[in-house]
Amino acid sequence: MFELEFMRLALAAGAVVGVLAPAVGFFLVQRGQSLIGDGIGHVAFAGVAAGILLDVSPVLTALAAAVLGGVAIELLRSRAGAAGDQALAIVFYTGIALGVVLVSAAGALNVDLFQYLFGSILTVTRTDLVLIATLGAVGLATIGLLYHALAGVVVDEEGARVAGIRIGALNVVLGALAAVTVALSMRVVGILLVAALMVLPASAAGRIAWSMRSTLVLSMAIGLGSALAGLTVAYYADLPPGGTIVLVAAAVFCLALGWGALRGR
Amino acid sequence: MHVTPAVELESVSFGYRPDQRVLEDVNLRLGEGEFVAVAGPNGGGKTTLLRIVLGLERPAEGKALLFGEPAHRFSRRRVLGYLAQRSQLGGDAPATVREVVSAGRLAASGLIGPLRRRDRELVSKAIQRVGLDVVADAPLRTLSGGMQQRAFIAKAIASEPSLLVLDEPTTGVDAESQESLAAFLDRLHTDLGVTILYVSHEFGAVERFVQRLVLVRRTIVFDGPPRELPGVWHDPSHVHV
Repeated sequence: MFELEFMRLALAAGAVVGVLAPAVGFFLVQRGQSLIGDGIGHVAFAGVAAGILLDVSPVLTALAAAVLGGVAIELLRSRAGAAGDQALAIVFYTGIALGVVLVSAAGALNVDLFQYLFGSILTVTRTDLVLIATLGAVGLATIGLLYHALAGVVVDEEGARVAGIRIGALNVVLGALAAVTVALSMRVVGILLVAALMVLPASAAGRIAWSMRSTLVLSMAIGLGSALAGLTVAYYADLPPGGTIVLVAAAVFCLALGWGALRGR
Repeated sequence: MHVTPAVELESVSFGYRPDQRVLEDVNLRLGEGEFVAVAGPNGGGKTTLLRIVLGLERPAEGKALLFGEPAHRFSRRRVLGYLAQRSQLGGDAPATVREVVSAGRLAASGLIGPLRRRDRELVSKAIQRVGLDVVADAPLRTLSGGMQQRAFIAKAIASEPSLLVLDEPTTGVDAESQESLAAFLDRLHTDLGVTILYVSHEFGAVERFVQRLVLVRRTIVFDGPPRELPGVWHDPSHVHV
């Protein structure tokens, strides 16, 4: 399989997203915001539709829409007094409704759209890979720089607020990171499954790890392993890559659940 | 010589709705180095009082000052050590004791980059002070309720606070751990001169160590040394006011 250019590109893109998505997902899961990736994904769908309608790169319009959606969720939650799940629902439904209207206007209910909904990692080009690798590196570097602050807020949000930490700014950064992850992961697992790659590895790691740092590292390792193993299985068994990657991550979660139960956790 | 108090509430009134006052005409002053317990029944306004002291809420009427500055605009927040109610802490985060205590250095170390050497030393010192050095790298969720509480106290003191505020620190902690917590706070107060504001639904074990007891039921109904507290009020939930 390595002799094929499209598989080498797919494995490289899968590796980047496999590491980035759980790293961002780790903080979302720990803060009880597991479904944010899903909400942002639906806004990204509107972005893809806008890109098709305007004949510009759907990845870029999805990225812009996802960042707006991520920031909107945080602003609705912190400034407009909407509960976390309400803010998510408002953005979620608005995004999907806008997407449906724009897709209809563009007359694009076809294969082009489906590759964003369900992923199309085998069509990743060198240019796509450069974009995925660059933004992935920026995302991971941001997490590395802000790890201590993000972890501190996970441990005690109210305490951090009392200490004068700008929680709102950190939340906006986390929302933007989630948005970038969603936009990059669209080509790998698709909008409909992107949240799974953020949540499943982090949830699995939480069952077997012994500290926050080890949970984060294990999440990234599970995400990377799931992406590479899922692609390999998909190649040899002729299965859809996006769904196979997520099913591998789900299988790892089940194993971790069993392991945790055996150890009494 | 005029000494700026650590906390000063002057004629403070507050309500989450305009027609329903949670606090009414509250006056409270904590000098630097004092150890004061605030108690009251559930719904009596003590957590609201604490939130106003910390500048998380602004009074509808009156003034709330922290070290002489309006509490909601207090500029030196790193001098505050705060222990939130257990229900608000960490959820299911798989953190170790050291990771929890490290969060206490966040305000001092800044948001960007890892902890510096001095921060790590202060974290170790705080862990040692609460007697958890043997389990410093153990996951918090494997420890008893009392030990978990000590880890969060270590987090609060890791910031080297001038004012330590504790909200219901004994909830879910057994009687023995309550006694040891009270004795620990007394040592902290005596050794380091930290001002302590201890908020709870009952005075409990800490009553022996504090200089003042404050009983809140929408307004302050008692403020004085423990020996002057009328017997019937030792249980703050008592209906006779």
